Amino acid sequence: MSIEAILIVASALIGIGLYGALSQQSFVMLMMGLELMLNGVLLAAVGFWSLTAAGVPEGQLLAIVTMAVMAVEMSIGFALVVAVYRKRQADVTEGITTLKH
Amino acid sequence: MSGIDLAFYALSILAIARGWRVFATDSMVRASFLLLLSFIAVGLIMLLLAAPYLGVATVFMMAVEMMVMALFMVMFMMNPAGLNPMMMVHQHRFSLAAGAVAFVGLAAITLVTEFPVDPVAAGKPVIRDLGTELLGNSMLIFESAGVTLLATMVGSVILSSRSGRFGAADAGSKPPPLVPGGEPAGRVPEEGGGHHHHDHGHSQGDEHQHNPSHGHGQTHGNDGQRGGCHEH
Repeated sequence: MSIEAILIVASALIGIGLYGALSQQSFVMLMMGLELMLNGVLLAAVGFWSLTAAGVPEGQLLAIVTMAVMAVEMSIGFALVVAVYRKRQADVTEGITTLKH
Repeated sequence: MSGIDLAFYALSILAIARGWRVFATDSMVRASFLLLLSFIAVGLIMLLLAAPYLGVATVFMMAVEMMVMALFMVMFMMNPAGLNPMMMVHQHRFSLAAGAVAFVGLAAITLVTEFPVDPVAAGKPVIRDLGTELLGNSMLIFESAGVTLLATMVGSVILSSRSGRFGAADAGSKPPPLVPGGEPAGRVPEEGGGHHHHDHGHSQGDEHQHNPSHGHGQTHGNDGQRGGCHEH
């Protein structure tokens, strides 16, 4: 288990998440892509902390901050989805065009 | 190859394969559980990486988060129960290319970089270190994260509450009485603001006109209240 292997796994998760966030039409599926990218970021942060930084406590703090970002993204994301659905009856990205041009 | 390596490769394959299946399954609820599996695999890899607190916290947090996610999936589901094939994508080729470029680029950087090798010493009290750090030198960061989460809670409630800035915040709600069985305390929001009002107001959506077929004279949604369209 080397740092390279961990970072490659993290890159794969980030790549899949980017694909999902860019390609999905449904808002909730789009958010799953963002979550998957943050999953990869979390794994990379813990990998760096564990294998290259001799376990300095600040590395774990970075992972905790990443988790807080995840929670914020979920919460505000779902609140926005609900608000948009309530105003526009839209649950896919194509349903919102007012900011397009 | 040691047992830890084997476990790492197995969990990695699990994390990536389940992560991919998230966007290839027909049911959105199943997608959220597949994402949960991916997160659990990553949490277990963290355990292998000598970060027990973070690993277990990830597993717990994601178990709860994906349950909430599944609930929202049911609310916004396109394709109940995944009975029909679902492929709801746009700019598909571009997205595939972007994902592949991100993976190949990051992996290439990983492979050409010389990383220092300085693993955690066995027996290092990492959880105690984390606790001392959180409530010691990095307390400001930790507390800022807490305040950020509080702001998130306030923001979510404001964004997702029924009225918010687009009408009276207490429209359609009745404050509880001060004595059991008494009159509602404070301002009475709307005549007949019981459950009928709630249902109709919701189903009417953006209709601005009062629908005469509801003979109660109390079918105003938020729009009706705003326009002062009262009828008794």
